[in-house]
Amino acid sequence: MATSTAPQSSPARPAPPKSLAARAAYQVDDRLIVAGPLRRTLNKVFPDHWSFLLGEIALYSFVVLLLSGTYLTFFYDASMREVVYEGAYAPLRGVEMSAAYESTLGISFDVRGGLILRQIHHWAALLFMASIVVHLLRIFFTGAFRRPRETNWYIGVVLLILGLVEGFAGYSLPDDLLSGTGLRIASAIMLAIPVIGTWVYFAVFNGDYPGEFIIGRLYILHVLIVPAIILALIAAHLLILVKQKHTQFPGPGRTEHNVVGSRLFPAFAAKGGALFFIVFGLLAALGGLVQINPIWLFGPYNPAQVSAGSQPDWYIGFLDGSSRLMPAWDIELPGDYNIPAIFWPTLVAAGAMFAVLALYPVIERRLTGDTASHHLLQRPRDVPVRTSLGAMALSFYIVLLISGGNDLIADKFDISLNAMTWIGRIGCIVVPPVAYVLTYRICLGLQRHDREVLEHGIETGVIRRLPSGEFIEVHQPLGPVDEHGHGQLAYGGAPVPKRMNQVGGARRAVKGFFSPLEEPSQVALEDARGRALTEGADQPELTGSGRPSDGGRPSEGGRPSEGGRPQEPRD
Amino acid sequence: MTTTDHDRPGSQGGADEPGPLHGGPDDEYPPERLQRMTREELDRLGARLDGVEILHTEPAPPPGSKVEKAAVRQVTITFLLAGLLSLLFLVVYAGSGWFLPDWAWVSSDDGWSAYFTPLLGATMGGALLLVGIGLVLYVKKLLPHETAVQDKHDGSNFDRVTTGATLMGGLEASGLPRRKLLGGVLGLMGAGVGVMIIAPLGGLIKNPNTGNPLGTTSWNTGVRLVRDDGTPIRPGDQTPGSLETVFPAVPGGDFQSDAATMLIRLRPEQMAENVPKQGQEDFGYGDYVAYSKICTHAGCPVSLYEQETSRILCPCHQSQFDVTQGAKPIFGPAARSLPQLPIGLDDEGYFVARSDYIEPVGPTYWNRERI
Repeated sequence: MATSTAPQSSPARPAPPKSLAARAAYQVDDRLIVAGPLRRTLNKVFPDHWSFLLGEIALYSFVVLLLSGTYLTFFYDASMREVVYEGAYAPLRGVEMSAAYESTLGISFDVRGGLILRQIHHWAALLFMASIVVHLLRIFFTGAFRRPRETNWYIGVVLLILGLVEGFAGYSLPDDLLSGTGLRIASAIMLAIPVIGTWVYFAVFNGDYPGEFIIGRLYILHVLIVPAIILALIAAHLLILVKQKHTQFPGPGRTEHNVVGSRLFPAFAAKGGALFFIVFGLLAALGGLVQINPIWLFGPYNPAQVSAGSQPDWYIGFLDGSSRLMPAWDIELPGDYNIPAIFWPTLVAAGAMFAVLALYPVIERRLTGDTASHHLLQRPRDVPVRTSLGAMALSFYIVLLISGGNDLIADKFDISLNAMTWIGRIGCIVVPPVAYVLTYRICLGLQRHDREVLEHGIETGVIRRLPSGEFIEVHQPLGPVDEHGHGQLAYGGAPVPKRMNQVGGARRAVKGFFSPLEEPSQVALEDARGRALTEGADQPELTGSGRPSDGGRPSEGGRPSEGGRPQEPRD
Repeated sequence: MTTTDHDRPGSQGGADEPGPLHGGPDDEYPPERLQRMTREELDRLGARLDGVEILHTEPAPPPGSKVEKAAVRQVTITFLLAGLLSLLFLVVYAGSGWFLPDWAWVSSDDGWSAYFTPLLGATMGGALLLVGIGLVLYVKKLLPHETAVQDKHDGSNFDRVTTGATLMGGLEASGLPRRKLLGGVLGLMGAGVGVMIIAPLGGLIKNPNTGNPLGTTSWNTGVRLVRDDGTPIRPGDQTPGSLETVFPAVPGGDFQSDAATMLIRLRPEQMAENVPKQGQEDFGYGDYVAYSKICTHAGCPVSLYEQETSRILCPCHQSQFDVTQGAKPIFGPAARSLPQLPIGLDDEGYFVARSDYIEPVGPTYWNRERI
């Protein structure tokens, strides 16, 4: 780049371009010198796999949360001042309530379009948390957290926890009966902390519960402190992602030192934009069509009232469940001190769960001794211990989550409530080991099946009768075979095709839904040409990869245009 | 550019020659050479410079082909519908209460106002979804499918060593490794300033032990038991087997977090098997007993009374208390009985408290037994 022969007074620079857009671009780059970085960004390669979009869903829900949340702040009054409701919702007129609850009713009934924005915001929060969890599961089960990506794993876990806090603070703001009950439970959890519990409780509520400060404090936590941290962490998460480049599933031509996929511009950018609009559209439709958190039905908060079947938002549900399952074990200590039972299933259990989750990369590194950098993902079946551990943790979580709604299940299915509690108590101990063993066996079974197909080929469904009278099924080998007819391909960590259509057993479908858009004979011709093309030549490496529908298969011919016709069936 | 003027005042500080150009290999690719290349070649060239190789491009359907026309039609219709739906959203949003019926919802109305929000959701959601779907169709059906591969690089040893040298050079120049005392003072200063900055948060701290707020409620000797509408209660107002939530007859008593109390009239069968807590046998009045409504587990109001089994259920975590056994917890996570309020009658024959609760109400905490 650098040259010492530069000192000509006017380096050879081209004349400015003619078209308006190009001239503007030229002017910008003349000042900012951004063409290089911009080209690098546009050329960045993103792997194409649907599971890589889960994190994007979380990102886009967060964008929707920021937009809709900002709108809500225009109307919301974070005050616990007592007012008498005089708004549009007749059943509550004349009822004493806090200004926070009144203004939330106002958003729902007196602001044009306020209700849909409020509901979009709530749905977006549910989707945000759900997509974070599903994204986390994808990262976990494919081993994407391994070196060098531990940092992003830690950031992700912190984002998950902050999301919980943010969600809890947010749904407490309306100061309705349901959220007030949740806040009351939160206060009891703070009280339960050994030694400093009452001090924490008094610091948070500025005195005894509920006081007049908590809504204002939750508000600033919800609209400034936590979102600012989340935003900063998301930025760090994405910067590290770009810096480290994506992981990818194994496949032809995919190595630890490259990324195969499509460039950011235009295809991936358009896809990302499309996903944003789909997420936003889905949330808007939910916000308008599906009622969520109808606070006017719950009424204002009153410490003496509660409604049956009160459930928190789903992401807090596991804590509700663990509190329900915990036996009544207050621990009496000498000196008349005690540790309340609620301390264990909430702070300790959640703390332990998140700690194990966060430290998992370190734990796995210690156990396996694998400290190498990995950019190729693993299929869950190929790492049965991790997959089974994940299934175990997940099943434990699901038992807790179900127990968080065990009163509803007891009611709807006419089961004894106490039986549901016992099912949960026993379940959270028994189900995880069972899940471990089952998952382990399933992983091994899937592994064996992959090996079997590689060795014996795909079952074609064609039964042939041998002269001896024996019936055999014809198998289609995936590659070259040895003298015994056994496949010689080794397993490469990528999906193995198991149906004939995946190796081009069927012709490409003629395009057109109502009437054919292509000449069928033309398609057949193309088919034949593709076959001829690949017969002599070696399999063109990589051609089939890129898109997951036809990519990433070690020996896959994929579509006829890409070669790899099935060989003549062999026994 | 001919506007460069190196002779103007202020530009005479020294030799002012432009340095090498920033970025790409301009020397290797002078403008004339780039001009001779096609756009595709330029694209590939730039990509190669960024470590990206385009391996394979499956072309878009040929222009003018039936496949292309059908795809363009689909995308156009999708985007058109999206535009129309967003227009419809605006009509519903702005038109309600103008040329359409009013949007403000009243509970008796099943007409337009009941459909206002769903219509907004359907139009907005539909429009945005169609934008997304249109984009997906565009990418899938009209863009060439490209398979590219980009190199991943490991960290460079050169960068590490040179950066390390710069950092260590700076540290060395500061002399801090030698000046041990200064270093120690710096650490001390940092800690001090850090603590000082967060110290004002101490304003949040309040002493929970001044005046025993956790151990007392506004119940007191002679305070009447009133309903939430403020009316006092006489024996005989309630039928046997019923439960009523009562509050202390003090201002704001019906909104205190720890005062809500359940006044329960036991049925004769329940009376027969009633085993009050030891030392609290006389806390009830006749067949009336009063227990705190605040759950000893997490502070929810225990509300669901099943009089056939004498159980009170907390809907939050399903602790169950038996009112015939001194409100002892018999199932669920609660470990303590609901505190019992000693009740009696005043001169006018209304229920009053004979004292405050003799133990703290509500959730358990570290030093509860000591208060």
